[in-house]
Amino acid sequence: MTLPRILRWGALAIAIAALWLLPTTLKSYGIYILTLWCVYVIAGLGLNLTVGYAGQISLGQAGFLGIGAYTAALLAKLGVSYLLIVPASASLCFAIGIGLGFPALRVQHHYLAFATLGFNMLCFLVFRNEDWLTGGTFGINDIPRPVLFGYRITRAADFYQLTLVMMIALAALMALLLRSPWGRAFAALRDNPIRAESVGISTTFYTLMAFAIGAAFAGVAGALFAPLVGFIEPASFTVTNSLAMLLMVIVGGSGRFFAPAIGAVIVVLLPEWLRFAADWYLAVFGFLIVVMMVWLPGGLLSLPDRIARR
Amino acid sequence: MTDLFQLLISGIATGGCYALAALGFTLLWQASGTINFALGEMVMLPAFMMLFFIRGAGLPLGIAFLLTVTVSMLVLGVGFKRLVVDPLIRHGVIPLVIATLGLSIGFKNLARVAYSAQVFTFPSIFPDQLINLAGVRVSVADLGTLALACGVAVGVQLLLNRTLTGRAMQAVAQNRDAARVLGIDADRMVMYAFLINAALAALTALLVTPVYLAKFDMGDGLGVKAFYAAIIGGFSSSRGALLGGVLVGVLENLVGAYISPGYKDGVALLLFLVVIVFRPEGLLGQPQARRV
Amino acid sequence: MTSDTMTALLDVADIRKSYGAIKAVDGVSLTVAAGEILGVIGPNGSGKTTLFNTILGQVAPNSGRVLFEGEDITGLPSLRLARRGIGRTFQSLQVFGRLSVRDNLIAAGQEFLDTATQRLFAKPDAGLGSRADEMIALFNLGHVAKREAGRLSYGQQKLVDIAMAFMPAPRLVLLDEPCAGVNPALIEELLGLLLRLNQDQGGSFIVIEHNMDFVMRLCGRVICMAQGAVLAEGTPDQIRANKAVLEAYLGD
Repeated sequence: MTLPRILRWGALAIAIAALWLLPTTLKSYGIYILTLWCVYVIAGLGLNLTVGYAGQISLGQAGFLGIGAYTAALLAKLGVSYLLIVPASASLCFAIGIGLGFPALRVQHHYLAFATLGFNMLCFLVFRNEDWLTGGTFGINDIPRPVLFGYRITRAADFYQLTLVMMIALAALMALLLRSPWGRAFAALRDNPIRAESVGISTTFYTLMAFAIGAAFAGVAGALFAPLVGFIEPASFTVTNSLAMLLMVIVGGSGRFFAPAIGAVIVVLLPEWLRFAADWYLAVFGFLIVVMMVWLPGGLLSLPDRIARR
Repeated sequence: MTDLFQLLISGIATGGCYALAALGFTLLWQASGTINFALGEMVMLPAFMMLFFIRGAGLPLGIAFLLTVTVSMLVLGVGFKRLVVDPLIRHGVIPLVIATLGLSIGFKNLARVAYSAQVFTFPSIFPDQLINLAGVRVSVADLGTLALACGVAVGVQLLLNRTLTGRAMQAVAQNRDAARVLGIDADRMVMYAFLINAALAALTALLVTPVYLAKFDMGDGLGVKAFYAAIIGGFSSSRGALLGGVLVGVLENLVGAYISPGYKDGVALLLFLVVIVFRPEGLLGQPQARRV
Repeated sequence: MTSDTMTALLDVADIRKSYGAIKAVDGVSLTVAAGEILGVIGPNGSGKTTLFNTILGQVAPNSGRVLFEGEDITGLPSLRLARRGIGRTFQSLQVFGRLSVRDNLIAAGQEFLDTATQRLFAKPDAGLGSRADEMIALFNLGHVAKREAGRLSYGQQKLVDIAMAFMPAPRLVLLDEPCAGVNPALIEELLGLLLRLNQDQGGSFIVIEHNMDFVMRLCGRVICMAQGAVLAEGTPDQIRANKAVLEAYLGD
């Protein structure tokens, strides 16, 4: 192992240890926000695969988060074990994700942006209108915290640590996927689909997989989101939330592994820290994004490269 | 039967408004490849500007409108192009999507800070009357909106097809390098598209705000529907935008009345999906060969 | 090629394609035997590119068939052609810009191994590391192997592009103007490389090229096209001595 590699792994280990111990210094609201951060990072890992590595555009990630959350909430109400709920949410999103991949085979760029945005609108309409299943605008209340191996995880800090473990496990899985030949095929699809086809890389297959795997990650995030907030409603899964997730990936630096982690800090934590700015906050936030894009179109994680090239 | 007729008329009028916004979207896309996610907010801001001129400065609606068109052409036309689009366009579609998205959040919340989250009434340019048209009572506002929308769409089409400037704009949209070789000032033509877009947005604001009322988030639905209308009708012509807008407006009204008000907002989406699967170039668009 | 009983690797039979009144390709037939290098030359607008695109399934012919190893491949999409062992290079640069040179090569070969599921659990280099390193050494790209392909010079990217086409050891490679935009020194290098690949790995090529000298030194057999039809066919020496060929070029 070379020295920079040891340093990198060391930094990662310290970061994880710090994240593990952080709840002891926080009040319950702080822990809640931190857990929410983990949830968004998981969904962002998936979206980063679709957008950053495979080069597609998706404005529908919140739709999948919603599908995962509603599935988890409904199954939890039926008394299904949490160990089954997570795979169920993930598989359902995987299947629907394949479906969303089909428009991507026909259209690209702006059309795809609107097709996926439309998918999210459709999810929202179903959540809002199908009262018999989703509770309509009132949503679903009193979603129980999961029971794992006979132990109900009720304390906020415990649930946070469960979410953190899930996040790390899923990040490791994603890292393995990206290192595998599949990861290379996704990048080939992003960089040059015509060349990819001419060397035997099926753009159809990898486009569908990029959407499906990205969606499955959002499904798991949803299955954690539902018990975290305890109450889900259609308003949590609107196009605006999808845009926030895309924002997260792009602001972090699309196609860079830690982009969702950095981006989620901006999208989830920054609003909380800047509450003192009151009404002005969101206006400033919006214009800051414009300034940042103009200044750093490659996202925050492109900053070191840019400094190095000077 | 009368109900149906009234639904049709008001649907067409709403559709006309979608069409105006869609027209601006189409122009921007053709001229510069810009996807403008702040389109809805570019309608909302002029509405509040007019409100400011009317209530704050006590000006009559006509003058307020002219002032607003000027300001919005400067800020949402020139400013938007120079400060946001020009630096970002060479980085591809996504950074621009994110930037306009940020703009949309910024504008919306700026209006909320300045004018609170309340709803404001807005004067209509048409008299609040119903007239009798072959036994059916139709509102003058609906008819007027429709007439104005059609007139503007036809005007833009004429501008693009019949004037030298319009032809030059189309040349730039089709092949920028070739247009440059022909001695066309491509950047100026793109700027015209931005100016027209800003003016159309102000006009849309004038027409929709009396109905939708002025609120900081009034652009939310409008922007998305304008995109869909543009794609449904076909990007290559302003007639397409008009057709797409009217189709969406009418079908929304019919679905809302006869099928389910809850799924009214899904109509544009469904039409859009059908169109991109079966006819990606849009209903009135020219089929394009796939680039190899 | 003589009319012996050996079946041709590629058999293009009587291809016709017209755009409106213009006959781009007007009844062209040709064969390529295993291990052969066939050059296709002709003035601009002689129908070379349309013929090429027909073989590659990009253009549907009005009539005629393309047979590869005895099977009809007319109009098959490029993915299916690749899977059958037909590689190609493009006139313009076509690399995976943000992947390293080594990853470009592995990407070009990995899909020919195993199933998708097996690839998911395969080693990161898909077992192609040594093959990729061989190609990198052959193409003299060692010093840039870890760099992003999109940031290399034009000539280097061209080499990567050609190396990618050979990664899966295809039975037939179609090279579309490999010398376009390449400097003379690199053209020499390319010539040596292609001859070696032909000898060592037994590849068959079809080369479309304007650089006469390059074609004459590389190819065993040359076809000259003019106005959508085959004007002359023969060894480089025969083509060079052919009056009709000379006139076609001078009249251009």
